Amino acid sequence: MAGKAESLNGTVKSGSNQSGPAAMQASAFKADLSNMISLKSFKLKTKQQELLIRVSILLLVYVLAFITRLFSVLRYESMIHEFDPYFNYRTTLFLTEKGFYEFWNWFDSESWYPLGRIIGGTLYPGLMVTAALIYWLMRFLRFAVHIREVCVLTAPFFASNTTLVAYFFGKEIWDSGAGLVAAALIAICPGYISRSVAGSYDNEGVAIFALLLTFYLFVKAVNTGSLAWSLASAFGYFYMVSAWGGYVFIINLIPLYVLVLLITGRYSMRLYVAYNCMYILGMLLAMQIRFVGFQHVQSGEHMAAMGVFFLIQVFYFLDWVRHALADAKLFEAFLRITVTTAVSFGAIALGVGTASGYISPWTGRFYSLLDPTYAKDHIPIIASVSEHQPTAWSSFMFDFHILLFFFPAGLYFCFKRLSDATIFIVMYGLTSMYFAGVMVRLILVATPAVCLISAIAVSATVKNLAQLVRAKSKAVQSGSSKGTSTAKGSSKGLVDQSQPFQRNGAIVLLLGAFYLLSRYATHCTWVTSEAYSSPSIVLAARGAHGNRVIFDDYREAYYWLRQNTPPDAKVMSWWDYGYQITAMGNRTVIVDNNTWNNTHIATVGRAMSSYEDEAYEIMRSLDVDYVLVVFGGVTGYSSDDINKFLWMVRIGGGVFPVIKEPDYLVNGEYRVDKGAAPKMLNCLMYKLCYYRFGELTTEYGKPPGYDRARGVEIGNKDVKLEYLEEAFTTQNWIVRIYKVKPPKNRW
Amino acid sequence: MDALLRARLLHLALFISLLLSVLSHASSQELQIVNAERRIDLTSHIIKVYLTLKVENIGASPASEVNLAFSPSEVEHLAVVKAAATTGKKKKRTYVPLDVKSSEQPAGPNGTKYFTIILSNPLSKGETATLEVLYILTRSLEPFPAEISQSESQLVYYRDSAILLSPYHVKQQTTFIKTPSTRVESFTVVEPTKRASTEIKYGPYDNQTPYTYAPILVHFENNNPFAVVEELEREIEISHWGNLQVTERYSLVHAGARHKGVFSRVDYQTKQGNIGVSSFKHLLARLPPRVHSVYYRDGIGNISSSRLRTDFLKSELLIEPRYPLFGGWKSTFVIGYGVPVEDFLFESPDGGRYLNFTFGCPLADTVVDKLLVKVVLPEGSKDPKAVVSFPVEQRLETKYSYLDVVGRTVVVLEKRNAVPEHNIPFQVHYSFNPIFMLAEPLMLVTAFFFFFVAAVSYLHLDLSIRK
Repeated sequence: MAGKAESLNGTVKSGSNQSGPAAMQASAFKADLSNMISLKSFKLKTKQQELLIRVSILLLVYVLAFITRLFSVLRYESMIHEFDPYFNYRTTLFLTEKGFYEFWNWFDSESWYPLGRIIGGTLYPGLMVTAALIYWLMRFLRFAVHIREVCVLTAPFFASNTTLVAYFFGKEIWDSGAGLVAAALIAICPGYISRSVAGSYDNEGVAIFALLLTFYLFVKAVNTGSLAWSLASAFGYFYMVSAWGGYVFIINLIPLYVLVLLITGRYSMRLYVAYNCMYILGMLLAMQIRFVGFQHVQSGEHMAAMGVFFLIQVFYFLDWVRHALADAKLFEAFLRITVTTAVSFGAIALGVGTASGYISPWTGRFYSLLDPTYAKDHIPIIASVSEHQPTAWSSFMFDFHILLFFFPAGLYFCFKRLSDATIFIVMYGLTSMYFAGVMVRLILVATPAVCLISAIAVSATVKNLAQLVRAKSKAVQSGSSKGTSTAKGSSKGLVDQSQPFQRNGAIVLLLGAFYLLSRYATHCTWVTSEAYSSPSIVLAARGAHGNRVIFDDYREAYYWLRQNTPPDAKVMSWWDYGYQITAMGNRTVIVDNNTWNNTHIATVGRAMSSYEDEAYEIMRSLDVDYVLVVFGGVTGYSSDDINKFLWMVRIGGGVFPVIKEPDYLVNGEYRVDKGAAPKMLNCLMYKLCYYRFGELTTEYGKPPGYDRARGVEIGNKDVKLEYLEEAFTTQNWIVRIYKVKPPKNRW
Repeated sequence: MDALLRARLLHLALFISLLLSVLSHASSQELQIVNAERRIDLTSHIIKVYLTLKVENIGASPASEVNLAFSPSEVEHLAVVKAAATTGKKKKRTYVPLDVKSSEQPAGPNGTKYFTIILSNPLSKGETATLEVLYILTRSLEPFPAEISQSESQLVYYRDSAILLSPYHVKQQTTFIKTPSTRVESFTVVEPTKRASTEIKYGPYDNQTPYTYAPILVHFENNNPFAVVEELEREIEISHWGNLQVTERYSLVHAGARHKGVFSRVDYQTKQGNIGVSSFKHLLARLPPRVHSVYYRDGIGNISSSRLRTDFLKSELLIEPRYPLFGGWKSTFVIGYGVPVEDFLFESPDGGRYLNFTFGCPLADTVVDKLLVKVVLPEGSKDPKAVVSFPVEQRLETKYSYLDVVGRTVVVLEKRNAVPEHNIPFQVHYSFNPIFMLAEPLMLVTAFFFFFVAAVSYLHLDLSIRK
């Protein structure tokens, strides 16, 4: 076998040798035929040809990143998705209609009734301002677009831009090949697509772009020591702060990175310039965002950056003193005194600041990142959100696919060629991977790092293999490709021993790599179209004959609220639907997805889990006119209020101890059928969901009142309402709205 | 019973006062109505009254005008008045449409307003003519009770006079009222009055003096959808590149008896036919043939419940609002579609162009309170002129659409109280130079050209300050 392979190789080699001299100058074995033609007809130089290929690949990747995110528009329609985007859309609408000044000073009385919410001071305006600027620009250029279309396409547009940043970042830390691969990988990576499909108009859509841009600019600044780049990175940071609360990651990762460089003895003037400029300017700019304000110098999450800032000054000072002092011994004594003083001074300052309340302690969200079990025990409202759950292995596989295997390989390459830039990407990758493990939604933050590091692995491997394949003969290659990389050098040694076999192996490995990458592309496309393109407002299911059935109940209910209730009606619902009700229903809500007031949410949770007469008192005190519940018993829609109910009990019970979780469980089991707990069968949520449900036959061959979401016959079929009346129920019963009756006349 | 008695007394008082006021006015009579037959169709919420008048000239001079009298409340709700002269008998009958205009003569007794029919051949002394009049009243059925629950059916009041309100002496007259179902709660009796299944017959009454008024009240069941479009904006955008884009913005309301109390989905789903009988869940829109890219959406997105059927003569779009409409419930939505421009845009003999399109609301059996028809002419068109066969308010606006520099001229036609009878073609004439069609493509070409020039020059210039 071996001999045969060898002879086969020999013929191939001789063949290529014969035609060799003519095509030698092209030297691009991989370049396809069209480029060969263009080379001959247009007489492009190799460099120009390479540029052309690079630019066209980038352009294709740019377009690909955009169009792959349009699945949601094709499958459904051009609409805003999910929950938070509706708030962003509503505020953007306000911004474009009333202008920035009104927006910045907006007090919203439509949410958190009766407290209201200061919108301008409690949101990150980056996304809205970006969309409004794009909208105004389009209008100025006389493109009569609707603001909704702008909002829907903002995330894909920024995802496209992210691919460009990824290219430049990859180029900065490795080479342009790695940059191209990184751009291609990030363009279709499901971890990123999950938050940036068309319609997913959320902060993360622009924030990932801003995050990567800031990191890229900072690494560039560290590499060049240029003030201009670090200024640019400060502005990138400002944009990130304006867009997303995740900026805390930047302001902790960069100091950590600087610290690591300091410890590993990589301190340089470049680093000093980059960090100081970025930190000071970034801080000043960030403080302009009202939601951040003085937190940036006062809260615990930002203290690391400030500490490192002082530390780097000490370093600089020591460096200067070492130059000034000729005596090494004297310097050592000086060093000891300075470091001790600095550290103790810092510790005292931190202690005093914390004790006096100047420095606020870490927030619950931050704690829950460092300790994944913290939220579960202390803050049920954070733990109740599905995207705050610890990540399952399957979702890593789902979101990263083969990148998960390339990632360690990339880390290996990074360690192999350690530089300031690769240290950064390694740290970014490792920390973000940790956070991704803690919370599902933070997979998003890890995605760019994973893509970049995997791109290094793919690019370096493919490059090495391609070089092996392209190697015509030892003599030609050995001279030109010596100092390109150490990895290559080592493989070179093997080549020398048994080159023909190596070449076959290289071809096989190359094919394998392409196979893996093509699997990746297939997987990404499949995931995008199947899993991440659902707006979750409109539900689609397959009918009995394979046809597509659409459940548009949410919008039916919200539009009904908007058109047929008094304009000042207050709607009570679980907080998940708050943003949607205000945005689509245009009605005042008691609580919404901005979970800033736990007590208020707990009050609603308490009302939902109390008996009707107690709940009526609570609802009267909150001026509630309508109660909205989501119920999936008819359609089998499982993320409805009955399934969320235990969280309402927990959150309500966290503030009001009268609500006790065991009252709703039977032997620790949550059930709604005949064996359910008596309190469960008579609480408001149960009554509202199952009111008159007992009369309805949902499935053939099942008794009336069969709940399809939970697969049981309900326990209390004879629900009577005393203080509420059914106002509206949607076609598939998914949303049910009840009117709170006015108090009875006393006479 | 008490209420009925009081109502009758009131009617009597009105009747007498009318008679008194008439006596002073009746001097200038030259015409008399020999026979009047009125058929009032109450089957839908759009009331159609067919009036057959046999007019005789008893004065000395020839008469060319016949006046119709309407009470002030009728004038307010009057959508259409049409008249035709008939000649011949039975099968050989021919109709000659006549002009009807709102009369400027001062209001008659008790605020009576007049509409004047202009006869094509003046009526000389002793001659008679037969006139067919159709007038349509909207929003004239008052739901009573004003609020009903889901299981009740809708009852309405209709108010009119048993005796035709007329400025002329009427020798003989009869009124027929047709109700949608046999369920009639009550009706005023003005002898002789007869009721047979769905028809109530008043009369015949002989020799009624001018301005006689005998108020009647009919209380009956009417479960037809009271679909009223409070405001409809139809925007017709002409593109000489081949498309006519129509966008219709509706705000629909159920103008019948208000829904009260519970809306129970389980009742609505399981007991169809006797629950929510006055509500409606779909509407039919008749669109022109060859429509394409039809969409149906509202402020929060696409509404997936609609069906489109197209054939060579018409397209029918069956739309279903997001929720069934009960009394007082509202819904707003937008229907949009494109049609080939060659079906509706023509060149007039004088070299100009004109659009020939249907006025009025495409929804079947609906009343439009305020109808705005906006014809967006292409950029660069001049001298717009609208030709509509009934009175409308007109004005011009400017609209900026894709890549517009000077803006497009918009001809706005406003009509209040429009009914399906207004679905007749209207024309907008304008002049347009085809060279303007190239303006926008050329603009784009120029912009791209300059972009590439800028890119090329940037690549070839060395802007660095270091040498």
